[in-house]
Amino acid sequence: MHELSVVSSIVDVVTESLGAYPGARVVEVRLKVGALASVVRESLEFCYEIATAGTRLQGSRLAVQALPVVVHCALCNADAELEGVQSFRCPRCGEPSYDLRQGRELEIDSIEIDEDAMDEVKEKA
Amino acid sequence: MTTRIVELRRGILKKNDELAAELRKRYEAAGALVLNLVSSPGTGKTEFLQRTLTGLRERGKRAAALVGDLETDNDARRLASSGAPVRQINTHGICHLDAEMIGKHLEGWEGVELDQLDYLFIENVGNLVCPSSYDLGEKIRVALLSVTEGEDKPLKYPTLFNSADAAVITKMDLAEPCGFDRALALKNINEIRPGIRIFETSAKTGAGMEAWLEYLIKARG
Repeated sequence: MHELSVVSSIVDVVTESLGAYPGARVVEVRLKVGALASVVRESLEFCYEIATAGTRLQGSRLAVQALPVVVHCALCNADAELEGVQSFRCPRCGEPSYDLRQGRELEIDSIEIDEDAMDEVKEKA
Repeated sequence: MTTRIVELRRGILKKNDELAAELRKRYEAAGALVLNLVSSPGTGKTEFLQRTLTGLRERGKRAAALVGDLETDNDARRLASSGAPVRQINTHGICHLDAEMIGKHLEGWEGVELDQLDYLFIENVGNLVCPSSYDLGEKIRVALLSVTEGEDKPLKYPTLFNSADAAVITKMDLAEPCGFDRALALKNINEIRPGIRIFETSAKTGAGMEAWLEYLIKARG
């Protein structure tokens, strides 16, 4: 529901990091989104084109890597991946666990930039 | 085309997280226990909060509330009848409160100094999805659901219930006419957030409010 705010934040963060790469064109922005991040991939993609229009991210792709929830089970003394978000129990022994090790991520992992455009800027300079 | 991968590893809501961390330090330094109340529209947050504010005042505690809504100051006016200082935050269409809004509304709040408060309640915009992503620096996040909403609410909105520190079931006086399956609701909450403290309340009859107020008194220490 707040995907447009999320995408606007992506534009801000990426634009800021592009300061070190004058002229570079953004090809792809790669996100990591946990199963508990409460954003919807389709909705992010829908907002992405609108929010990136007229920015340095215009025309870039959005790649979303979905991360499942991982809990730590105290009984098994091991981390375990959950199949969904309907039951927070160790899939091995069934013990309830609230010790989350993964699943709330909402982050920009990396960006892919086109350096050819950068060289043009340098040449002009 | 020569491309290069630039690692960023940056949280998208990092700006909010940083502001929330600053707020958390301020609340702790001021000795105010801050709670963030989240539920669907119509769960009865305002009525529940009104009872809570009144109950804390009767126990000699100083409590105030910030209340978020898209429009109107109706809730702030309702809550003000408790005698506690209340300030309305209108988000004008934004579906959640964020740390920046809280910071702004703590400034210039007539008659309210954070270090004079024992409790600050933040009543979030009625929404079970977006508020769960925005840390407001609170110590306790409270997820509320009413008996009229269905026992499977926690399963439908796991993100909120999983990130909550306490759960409150409201409108318990309507449990019977609604055919509310109490055991199932408790089971579902525990399935999503094992071990969470659950309060079964009715702001109308006052049932369960005593246990909730005791919890608040203990939580502040």
